[in-house]
Amino acid sequence: MSDNRKGSFWEIVFNRLKKDRFAVYGGGIVALLFFVALSAPVISPYDPGDVETSRLLEAPSMEHWLGTDELGRDVLSRMIYGSRISLMVGFIAVGLATFIGILVGAVSGYYGRWVDEAAMRFVDVMLTIPSFFLILAVITMLEPSIVNVMIVIGITGWMGVARLVRAEFLSLKERDFVAAARSIGQSDFMIIFRHILPNAMAPVLVSATLGIAGAILTESALSFLGIGVQPPTPSWGSILTEGKNYIEFAWWLSLFPGLAILITVLGYNLLGEALRDALDTRLN
Amino acid sequence: MVPTMFGITIISFLIIHLAPGEPTDKMTDMNPKISAAAKEKMRAMYNLDKPLHIQYGLWLKRFAVLDFGRSFSPDARPVLDKILERMPVTIFINVASLAIILFLSLPIGVLSAIKPNSWFDRGSTLFVFLGFSTPGFWLALLLMILFGVHLGWLPVSGIRSINHDDFTAFGKIIDITRHLLMPILLSSLTSLAFMSRLTRQSMLEVTKQDYITTARSKGCSENSVYYHHALRNALLPLVTVLGLSIPGLIGGSVIFETIFSIPGMGQLFFESVMSRDYPMVMGVLVIGSGLTLIGNLTADVCYGLVDPRIRYE
Repeated sequence: MSDNRKGSFWEIVFNRLKKDRFAVYGGGIVALLFFVALSAPVISPYDPGDVETSRLLEAPSMEHWLGTDELGRDVLSRMIYGSRISLMVGFIAVGLATFIGILVGAVSGYYGRWVDEAAMRFVDVMLTIPSFFLILAVITMLEPSIVNVMIVIGITGWMGVARLVRAEFLSLKERDFVAAARSIGQSDFMIIFRHILPNAMAPVLVSATLGIAGAILTESALSFLGIGVQPPTPSWGSILTEGKNYIEFAWWLSLFPGLAILITVLGYNLLGEALRDALDTRLN
Repeated sequence: MVPTMFGITIISFLIIHLAPGEPTDKMTDMNPKISAAAKEKMRAMYNLDKPLHIQYGLWLKRFAVLDFGRSFSPDARPVLDKILERMPVTIFINVASLAIILFLSLPIGVLSAIKPNSWFDRGSTLFVFLGFSTPGFWLALLLMILFGVHLGWLPVSGIRSINHDDFTAFGKIIDITRHLLMPILLSSLTSLAFMSRLTRQSMLEVTKQDYITTARSKGCSENSVYYHHALRNALLPLVTVLGLSIPGLIGGSVIFETIFSIPGMGQLFFESVMSRDYPMVMGVLVIGSGLTLIGNLTADVCYGLVDPRIRYE
C-alpha cells in the first residue's frame, strides 16, 4: 500500500475505524463479550450448575437479576458462562471455514485450469444444497456436541471465502511482484502464502467478521433444535430451548438469552461492516 | 445444471452414508428379541449390506426414473409422494417471502440512498442491522406469545383451523393467511434486511457514475434520474443476490416449520434426519437443491430481462 502520508496500511485502517460509529459500537460489544467470557468465574454471581430446588422459575429479583430456571439455576450466571460458547463457536468455526476457504481459493486461483474448474464446480454444488439442510445432515453424522457443532459450521461455511480468495488471486497473480518472486526462484508455496495471500486478506477479514455473526446464529439455532450444545452445558441457544416450555409465565428464560445473541451478533455485524468501509482502498 | 445435480447427489449420498451407525440400529437396539440374523436380513432388505458405490449406483438407477425409493419410517410410503405433499406449503411460504423481500427492500434501500443520513436512512439502517442480527427462532417465540397467546390475534400452529372445512372459499383463504402470516414475515426478515442494505449500497454506488451526472446535466428531473437512470442499473447486483438467498430461505424453513408446526418440507427433513431415514433425507436434499437450481435459473433469466446487454452476448 503506497500511502506514505500516515504510516502503514493497518495504521490507516485503524485510524479510520476509530472515527467510525459502527466500529466503535461493534468493537465495544465484541470487547465486552471477550471480557465476560474470559472472566466468567469471577463475575458470575452463582455457579451455573447450582441447583436450588426451593427457588424454581423465580422472576428477576435483586438476588437473581435475570431470574432462575426450571431447576432453580441462576439465569445470569448461566448466560455469562454461555458467552464462552458463543465466543468459541464464532472463532473456531469461522477459523476452520476461513482456513479451508483460503486453501481452496488460493490453489484454485493460482493454478487455474482444471484445478480451478474442479474446485469451483465443487463450490457451486455445496452452495446449491440449502445451507441449513446441509448442516443438519452433517451434524446427525456426528454425535451432537459443542466441538462437532463448530466443525460442522466450519466445513459447511468455507465456500464464500474460497470464491473471494480465488477472485483476489486471479488478479494478483498477474502483478509484477509475483513475476519478480518467480524470477528469483521462489517456490509456488512461498509465492502463494508469502507473497500473494497477505495482499488478499482484506476481504477475507471482512467476511470472517461477518461469518462469526452467522456462526453464532447457526449455533444457537442448532442448540434450539436440540442438536447443538447439549445440557447441562449452558449455551444461549440451549437456555432458550429449555425456557420455551415455560415461556407463558417465565418470560425471562426466553427473553434474555435471545437478547444476548442479538446484541453479540449485532456487534460482529457492525464491526464487519465498519471493516469493509475501512479496508476499501478505493475510498482513498 | 446437470453436472451440478450429479454432484449434489454424490455429496448428499456420501454425507448420509458416511455417518457412523445405521437406521437399522435404531430399529433393533431397543428390541432385545431381535437376533443378529434378523438384523442382517433387515440390512439386506434395505441394501445396507452392499458396498457404498453399489448402493449409490442402485440409488442413481432409480433416480433416473424419478423413483426416490420408499421411506424407512413405519408407513414405508414412496419418498416422492411424501415430499410432493409437503412441498406446496414450503414453496408458497418461500415465494411469498421472496415477494415481500423484493417489494419492501427496494423502496427501503432506494429511499435511504436518495437521502443518505436522513432520519429515514438512519431508521432503516437500524432496522437493517437489527434485522440480520435477530435470531429468527427467538423472535418467532416472542411473537407467538404476544400475538398468539396474550393478544389472541393469530393462530400459533399448523396451517388450518380445526373448523377450516366449515368456512366459505374466502374464509378459507383468510384462515390460511392468518396461519401463515407470522412464518412468512419471520422467514423474510433476514433477507429483507440484507437486501435493503444491498439496494442502498448499490444505489449509492450507481449515483456516483458519470451517466448519472450526464442525466442531471441534460436537465432530467431528480425523479427521472433516480427511478429511470439509476434504479435499473442498481437492480443488477440485486437479482443475483436474490437468487443466492434461496438456499438460505429453504434451509430456514426447517426452523420456522418446526416452531409453527407447519407440515412442510423443512419439518419433514428434520424428522427424517433425526430418525436416519436415508431415502427421505436423500430425497429432500436432492429436491431442495433442485428447487435452488430452479431459483438460480430464474434469477439468470431475470438478469437478462433487467440487463439487455446480457442478451447480446
